[in-house]
Parts: sequence; C-alpha cells; structure tokens
Amino acid sequence: MIAVSVNNQQKLCDKQKSLAALLQEWGFESGKVAVAVNGDFVPRSRYGEHRLRDGDQLDVLAPVQGG
Amino acid sequence: MSVDRRDSWSLYGKSFTSRLLIGSALYPSPQVMCEAILASGAEIITVGLRRQSPEQGGGEAFWQQIKSLGKTLLPNTAGCHTVKEAVTLAQMSRELFETDWLKLEVVGDDYNLQPDPIATIEAAQQLSKMGFKVFPYCTDDLVVCQRLRDAGCEVLMPWGSPIGTGRGLMNPYNLQTIRERLPSLPLIVDAGIGKPSHAVQAMELGYDGILLNTAVAQASQPVTMAEAFRDALSAGRKAYRAGAMPARQTASPSTPTLGMPFWHQ
Repeated sequence: MIAVSVNNQQKLCDKQKSLAALLQEWGFESGKVAVAVNGDFVPRSRYGEHRLRDGDQLDVLAPVQGG
Repeated sequence: MSVDRRDSWSLYGKSFTSRLLIGSALYPSPQVMCEAILASGAEIITVGLRRQSPEQGGGEAFWQQIKSLGKTLLPNTAGCHTVKEAVTLAQMSRELFETDWLKLEVVGDDYNLQPDPIATIEAAQQLSKMGFKVFPYCTDDLVVCQRLRDAGCEVLMPWGSPIGTGRGLMNPYNLQTIRERLPSLPLIVDAGIGKPSHAVQAMELGYDGILLNTAVAQASQPVTMAEAFRDALSAGRKAYRAGAMPARQTASPSTPTLGMPFWHQ
C-alpha cells in the first residue's frame, strides 16, 4: 500500500492499481473530472496506464462557478 | 454617415452579437444565475475549476445548468500564482470543458488580486504555443498589452480596477492609450466594473466588450441589473460608433445668435 494525497486528503491505495481504477474506487467519474499529479496534468487517455507513487499529490478538479 | 445596425464582432474567429461576457459566480442561487445570464444577453460565460469531493456531486449540478444555457464557455485560471499552475490548470480545463479558450489569470498580489504581468506574459507565450486561445486578464499597462499581443493573444482584457471592487475605470487615460495604440485588437475591460455607467464609459472609449460578474451577481436584483448592463453596453457602443462631440473649454450657444431680439445698436 502507498499513501497519497487526494485534494489534500490522505488516502491509502494499492500501488498496482491504475489511476482509472483508483478514481473509480474513490467515487470520481472519470469523464467529469480533470486530474493533476504533483502539479502536472494527466490526460484522461492515460488514466488506464498511470500508476501512483507513494507521496503523490493529486488534484481532482470539477467545474465550478467562475468570474 | 449612418451606423450599420448589425454590429457583430469576433473573438478568435468566432462571431458574437452581444459584447458582454458574464461570470457565473456569486449569485444568490443557481436559478438566479441562469435568469441573470439570460437577461444579460451575454453569449460568453466564464467558469472555473476547483477541487470537488464525490460527495458534493463533483460539480455535476452546476455543469448541467451551465450546459443547458447553450453559451460559449470561457474557463479561467483564477487563483493561480505561477506560470506552472496556470498552464496545468489550463490543460485540465481544456480537457474538461472541451474548449481551448482560456481566461488567463496569474495573480501577482493577493491584496488587490493584481495580475502578475511578467508571469502572465510568460504563461501566454507557452499557452499560445500549446494551441490555447488566450484571453489574458492584465493591468492597464500599454507595454504589457503589447507584449501579450506579441505572445499570440488575439484579444486583451485589461482591468478597469481590481476584481470585485466595483470602482469602475481607475485610469481612463491608460485604457484610452491602449485603445489608440492597438486599434485593431479586440479589447475587453475585465474586472472592476460596478455600475452600468462604468460599462458605458468603457464602451465610449472604444472598448469592444466588457467582462463582469460581481456587479450583476451581487446587485439587489441581479436579473434587473443584468438587463441594465445589456442596455448600457448597447448605449455605450452606439455612442462610440456615432462619434461623440469634442469637449470644449468654453460655452457655445446652441440657439442661433443671428436675429437675437432686444438688441439695438
């Protein structure tokens, strides 16, 4: 297991699992969020192959009101 | 000379009739937001991206409301402080909103949310090369505006005054200078507009459009204020196209002086 930060919340996860699987496990719908890992954008097309590392910091963003 | 009644304009090759761009934040309710946006006649809406937990619905309700309006979306990079943050957020935004349009904001000072001119220019250079259609929020500095144009921006958005202040045009001279020096570039006053009269002033200076949010969203009656801004932009634009008379230092009578009664030599 590894520990990662998801939107500033600590989560333990299986390092063998893909980002796609983890997002689903955490309740995010992949078509409705955008993801950055350690400040770098990860395109949706790479969720299936992307593996997280211990200490990774994820930003999972969704549309909000803006000015 | 008559003024052509059709007065559309284009941004990055896309044609619009309304010259108002409106934000989607700070409204008292989602319903009022939708009603105000529709009442404003705006065809372009600004939106943002933030962390959302699945328990909050992941922003889905808001997203569905915005999509139902059928407007062109202009996602922002609000809150970014560095080039890296702005570029990453832009990439996330492009994927999620399915548009390469981007309102670029890189904050340089948290106190007045003043854009960082150096980081904004650098981010604009990078983003333009990445295919983004950049709408940079910038200060009313001519040279910064020229550098942003050189960076590939086909529209510029200098501020009227700091975001959310509603103080109107702090420096009309600077804004007018930018207009005169960059005559063919679409210019939008973004931020600081508090009242319709501020919008009229900007449009009379020859600005092509106005981007605002708080002035409508925080009005006592947002829908009515949205209509007021719609009308103000129309009035200001017509006045600019009609050509205002030059201001004079001294009085000049309107009624003919020839044939003046009660005058005897």
